[in-house]
Amino acid sequence: MTASLTRGVARHAREFPPAIALGAVLLAMLVAAPSFFSTANLRDLALNNAPVLLVALGMTLVILVGEIDISVGSQFAVCSVAAGLLAKAGVPIAIMPLVVIAIGAAMGAVNGFLIGTLGLPSIIVTLAMLVAWRDALRWATDGAWVQDLPADFQWFGLSPAVARSLIVFTAIALLVISGWALRNLRAGRSVHAVGSDKEAARLAGIDPRRVTFTVFALTGALVGVGAVLNAVRFSAVPSNAGTGLELQAVAAVVVGGTAITGGRGTVLGTLIGMMLLGTIGTAMTYVGINPFWAKAIQGLIILAALVADATLARIALQRRVSGRAGVVGR
Amino acid sequence: MSGVALHATNITKAYAGVQALASASLELRAGEVHALVGENGAGKSTLIKILTGAVVPDGGEITLNGALVPRLTPRLAKSLGIAAIYQQPALFAELTVAENIALGIEVTGRWGRVNWRERHRRAADLLARVGARIDPETTAGELGIAQQQLVEIARALGAEARVLILDEPTASLSKDDADNLFRVVRELRADGVGMIYISHRLEELPLIADRVTVLRDGNTIATRAMAEVNREQLIQMMVGRALSSVFPKRTVPLGDTVLELTQVGCAASGVSGVSLSVRAGEIVGLSGLVGAGRSELARIIFGLTPADQGEIRMHRRVVRIASPADAIAAGIAYVPEDRRRQGVVLEMSVSENVTLAALKHLSRFGAVDRRREWAVATDYTRRLGVKTPSIRSLVSTLSGGNQQKVALSRWLVTKPALLILDEPTQGIDVGAKAEIHELMTELAEQGTAILMISSELPEILGMSDRIAVMHGGTLVSVLDRSEATAERILARALAQQTSEFAAFVAAGGGVQ
Repeated sequence: MTASLTRGVARHAREFPPAIALGAVLLAMLVAAPSFFSTANLRDLALNNAPVLLVALGMTLVILVGEIDISVGSQFAVCSVAAGLLAKAGVPIAIMPLVVIAIGAAMGAVNGFLIGTLGLPSIIVTLAMLVAWRDALRWATDGAWVQDLPADFQWFGLSPAVARSLIVFTAIALLVISGWALRNLRAGRSVHAVGSDKEAARLAGIDPRRVTFTVFALTGALVGVGAVLNAVRFSAVPSNAGTGLELQAVAAVVVGGTAITGGRGTVLGTLIGMMLLGTIGTAMTYVGINPFWAKAIQGLIILAALVADATLARIALQRRVSGRAGVVGR
Repeated sequence: MSGVALHATNITKAYAGVQALASASLELRAGEVHALVGENGAGKSTLIKILTGAVVPDGGEITLNGALVPRLTPRLAKSLGIAAIYQQPALFAELTVAENIALGIEVTGRWGRVNWRERHRRAADLLARVGARIDPETTAGELGIAQQQLVEIARALGAEARVLILDEPTASLSKDDADNLFRVVRELRADGVGMIYISHRLEELPLIADRVTVLRDGNTIATRAMAEVNREQLIQMMVGRALSSVFPKRTVPLGDTVLELTQVGCAASGVSGVSLSVRAGEIVGLSGLVGAGRSELARIIFGLTPADQGEIRMHRRVVRIASPADAIAAGIAYVPEDRRRQGVVLEMSVSENVTLAALKHLSRFGAVDRRREWAVATDYTRRLGVKTPSIRSLVSTLSGGNQQKVALSRWLVTKPALLILDEPTQGIDVGAKAEIHELMTELAEQGTAILMISSELPEILGMSDRIAVMHGGTLVSVLDRSEATAERILARALAQQTSEFAAFVAAGGGVQ
């Protein structure tokens, strides 16, 4: 029992710091502003963050495999507008999400092809895509919102309460599935292996190009899901949706303890990271701090997470060096 | 000549509760080559790190030319003339040789302006001193490992090093290059430089060392004059037990042909026209100098650089191997040379590493059967005697020998028909080496065909049924176990080089 507990602790060591920070913030809120825990506020928080969580799930995969995708915000905008246009064009509300997800996957596949198959650096490719998709969309829509949507667009034509539950449930379900898949699927193992050491993975018979391609395509699909779940909350679709989303997603992943160098991390960490960042933002407005500070403090948290990660890595390296020089496992 | 240059007494160091050095002492005289030997984990690296100031010891004292050095830092060590040269040279690949040599010891004009002519001249002088025929304006990355080592020695000399630490300098060198290195070491010794020489190649120590210190479990066991000890005594001191036979070779009846190469080649990796077969239960040793194309051939067979000429047959059927996945499907396993970088995934656990290549068989509908994975990983790590706190531990926390066993386990799990081992015992300690040799013998007895690349002639001679010698990207000779001798193998490996080789000797290159 204690052994399995220690094991669990060791396995989730990376998620501890953000989890403790989250606990501290929640505790502080309990004292300073108990109304934060009102059902309405919690529901709004969950609803606002569900689409971001889906994007962050994709980002977790991308960062685990040792890459980065900063085009997710632009993909999100394209998917949102596509959702509106498809609904307007008369595509049934049950089919529309599938088409949007396919569009997202296709955009992700373009990234995957350039980065995985051709081996181009992901930071540059996705930076180019960030601009390309965003400006193509601006040109195509003239910046106009998609309005006069069919009645069954908002909340999928369901009652708002049911639709809200559906949105949050979908996000949680995909979180659980991806967490399970990363741990238990052969493909999940490949993601970790490629992210840890591409050449070693190749020598073990894994094709890093295919893994990288798949991860980007999957991320695009998750962005598509997030975009649909976000768009149906409103009666019109803005053409500038998802601005700055890449930052939120990367922040959640990094704060959640996933190594920016790839290989190590969990989606549970990403959830904790997102909750921490989301709570701090709201918490500050609750206790009356000027919201202008919110972004700055979020930035500081990201930096703190990176510094903590680098420090942990250095300690681990020292231990490893000493382990090698020492008598461990001789 | 015989003044004590560097004296480390009763050095202790513990990392996170693990005693890396319990009581290590080393006395280096000026103008001597002092061998430092011990199994991996004996504390050699820690001692070296302490002497170069990279690690602060917990206790003990260090004196240099009789003066106590209170607290050594890398900077102080450098200014005191202590320099270390590691197995993998640490030059700046994008800078020229002259720039590399000048780094940190630059003689500059006003406002730090570089005197290019002076820099070039100094570099050329220093290179001449170490007998390296290298143009100072060459980019360091273009040089081979042997030449890079010489550049590093030249740099150390430029920094007026009086104590030079050589860590496994010959591990990646061919015989020629090693001989040249020995010549340089002897010249430096004559100039009064004290050298600490670390090597797993015990047979080269009598050629080069004056005295030898043996470390075991963080303690100095003994310091002896090299002439007074033989290899067996050294091994006994290192492991604390006598090894009955170094190579546990048992001849087994050979089965069918498993691998058959017909005129195989790959233009991109400079290998051509290789015809070779390996039978079930047979160990074929692949010998040759560094750069002869041995690892390149292995990479062709494993699909890393697919063949563009010839035919590869497995069990008499032509197979097309375009990727490692194809090779694995055909029953081929490959344990690469650069284990640290390629053989294992350092940031994954022991069990994940062991099962990584066999996940296809351990999963159902794409989901890994964790219970079976656990059972397989436990079974293989136990069978191979991997020493690890738990199979959940990260591979990065294991010693080199144990990492190599993990790399081997990974491929044994796939039950390969053909196992390719590239330098299977390079840089690992004597005990683990013997275990890996024993394991190879057992695998052969079970009918595995083994192709072993090794730069250690005793290993090639001791383990192989047949020995294939490569030179210049092609197979030059195949010798039977009964007719193979070190001299014959070397002669063939050098065959087409003789004129160049003779010229080198004539030009003053010493050959032991």
